[in-house]
Amino acid sequence: MKSEKLFQYFLKSGGILILMMAIGIVATLIMGSIPTFKEFGFKFIFSSNWNPTEGRESYGALPFIIGTILTSVLALIMTFPFAFSIALFLGEYFKEGRMASILKSMIDLLAGIPSVVYGLWGFYTIKPWIVELGLNAQGFGIFTSSLVLAIMIIPYASSLSAEVINMVPANLKEAAYSLGATRFEVVKNVIIPNAGSGIFAGYILAFGRAIGETMAVTMLIGNSNQIPSNLFDLGNTMASLIANQFGEAEGLKYTSLVAMGLLLFIITGILNLAGKMIMKKITA
Amino acid sequence: MKKIQVLLVAIISLALITSCGNSGKKNAEAGKAKAITGAGATFPQPFYNTIFKAYTKSKGLLVTYGGIGSGGGIRSLKDKIVDFGATDAFLSDKKLSEMPGDVLHIPSCLGAVVAAYNIPGKPELKFTPELMEGIFMGKITKWNDAKIAQVNPGVNLPDLAITVVYRSDGSGTTFIFSDYMSKVSSEWKEKIGAGKALQWPVGIAAKGNPGVAGTISATEGAIGYIGSEYAFAQGIPMASIQNQAGNFIKPSVESVSASAAGDIPDDTRVTLTNTTAEQGYPISSFTWLILYKEQAYNGRSKDQAMQTKQLLKWVIGQEAQLQTSKVHYAPLPEKAVLKANRILDVITYNGRGL
Repeated sequence: MKSEKLFQYFLKSGGILILMMAIGIVATLIMGSIPTFKEFGFKFIFSSNWNPTEGRESYGALPFIIGTILTSVLALIMTFPFAFSIALFLGEYFKEGRMASILKSMIDLLAGIPSVVYGLWGFYTIKPWIVELGLNAQGFGIFTSSLVLAIMIIPYASSLSAEVINMVPANLKEAAYSLGATRFEVVKNVIIPNAGSGIFAGYILAFGRAIGETMAVTMLIGNSNQIPSNLFDLGNTMASLIANQFGEAEGLKYTSLVAMGLLLFIITGILNLAGKMIMKKITA
Repeated sequence: MKKIQVLLVAIISLALITSCGNSGKKNAEAGKAKAITGAGATFPQPFYNTIFKAYTKSKGLLVTYGGIGSGGGIRSLKDKIVDFGATDAFLSDKKLSEMPGDVLHIPSCLGAVVAAYNIPGKPELKFTPELMEGIFMGKITKWNDAKIAQVNPGVNLPDLAITVVYRSDGSGTTFIFSDYMSKVSSEWKEKIGAGKALQWPVGIAAKGNPGVAGTISATEGAIGYIGSEYAFAQGIPMASIQNQAGNFIKPSVESVSASAAGDIPDDTRVTLTNTTAEQGYPISSFTWLILYKEQAYNGRSKDQAMQTKQLLKWVIGQEAQLQTSKVHYAPLPEKAVLKANRILDVITYNGRGL
C-alpha cells in the first residue's frame, strides 16, 4: 500500500513538473519579448525590415513569417502525392506482406534521419540539380528547401493517414464492392470521406514539423532576410533566423528573437490544437 | 487527505526545481579553485582550445571554454556565470556602462578576415578598397568587369556572375569585415554600417565559417569573407588587399601581426582595420578576453580569482603566444603584451590587489 502511494506521488510530481516547465517556457517567451512589443508594437509582426546594425536597429517578423508559411505550405503540397499514395498502399492495398513491411521500415528510417543529414543531401545533391535545371542561379532558396522539407515530412503525413485508412470499417467497403464499385470508386467514395479528417490531421502534424524545421532549411534557403519575390527566390524562416542569430544577439535584437520564438510557438500551438480537435472528431 | 496529497506533490516538484539552481553558490570564499570557465567568441576558439588544453595538462587546473559567440560571452560575464568572457569586438563605452562592474580587456591574439572566392582556374586576385565596395555592395556584378580587370592586368577573368556570400549568424568576423568596409567606403558606412549582423543589399548567407566556405566552394563565381584561421587552415584561394599605404598585402600570419605595429591605447580597445602599418594586412583585428576588475563576485574564492589572473597572464606570455601561428592566428606584438600585463595588474579582490 505504502509503495503504491509513493509511486503515485512520484508519477504526479513528474507530471506537474512537466506542466510547470511548459508554463515556464511560455512565461519566459512572453516576458522576454515584452521590450520588443513595447518598442515596435504590432508593427513587429507586419514590418518587413530586419536591420540589426547598431544605431539603426529595426526588427520586423514579416519576411520570416512569410518564408516559414511559404516553405511549409509548398512542402505540404509537394509531399501530398507521395504521402497519400504510400498511405493508401499501406492502409488499403497491401496491409501486410513483405513489400509492406519493407516500405514501412523505409518510411520509419526516413523519419529517423537527422535533419542536418537532409541538409547536406540537399546541399550536395538537390542544389546542383536546381542549378542545372536553371531554376535559379545558385540553387538556394524557398523551392530547394521546400523540396527537401517535403521528403522529410512524408513519414509524418503518411503513417497517421495509413492508420486512419486502415481503420475504415470493412463492412462499408464490402458493401460498396457488393454494389459493384471498383477499387478506385471505393477509395474515392468510401475511404476518403471516412478517413478524410484523420488524413487531414496527419498533414497538420506534418505541417507543424515543417514549420519548426531549422537545420536543413538554414543550409538551403539562402538566409536572406527579405520577403521572397517568387518561389525560387532566397528567403528565411523564423526557426532558421533564431538559430542563426541567437548567438551574438543582445538588447533589442535578443528580445526580438524571443518574440519571434513566441510567434512560432503560437503558430505551432494553434496547428497542433487544430490537428488534435480534428482527430477527436473522427475518433468520437 | 486529498489536499495533503496535492501539497506533497507540489513540494516535491518545487524541491526538484530549486535543487537545480543551488549547486553553484556553495563555494566558500576560502575554497580552492577547481576549474576556470570561460565562454564567448568562436573565432579564436581553436587557439583557446589548444592552449587551455596545454594549461590544464601542465598546471593541473581544468580550464574549459565554450564557444558560444561573442554576444553570449558578454552575456555570460554580465550574468556572472563565468570567470572570463571572450569577444571579437571590444565593448563600446555604452556597453561597458551597462555591465554590473568594471570590465577589463585583455587581447589574446590577432586574427584577420580574408576575401575568398571561387573562380575557375583559381587566379590570384588583387582588390582595392573601391573594388571591395563595388563587389560586396552589388555594384560590380560580373567577374570580367573592366574595374576588376584594371587592377588585375593579365589575369584571365571569366564572364561569370558574382555571387556574394555572407554570414547568416551574428559574428565577430562580420563585425571586423564591416568595420573595415565602413572605414574605406563612405557609402558602405552610410547604407550598411558595421556590426555583427547586417542588412545586406545582395547575396546569400550561410552559417559559420564552414558554411560560408562550403557555399563558396560549391558556387562558381562566389566571393565571401572568412575568418583567416579557417581560410589558412583550409588553403582557400584569397585575395590580396590594398592597404592604406598603397601596398597589396596577401593575408598571412606575418602581415596580420604587422597590422598591430601602430599605437595602441592603454585599455587596448582599438580596431586595427585599415591599419596605417606599411606591411599590415588591412582587415586584421585583436580578439579579447574580458573579465571583471573586481574579482570577488558571485561567491568566488580568492584562489579562483588568483588562478584566473594567472591563466590570463599565461595566455599573453611567450609559451602560449608561440602556439598562435600553429593554429593560424598571429601572435601579439610586444607592445600589446606590455599593455595587457599592466591591465592585469590592476585586478582586485575585495578592493585589494591580487
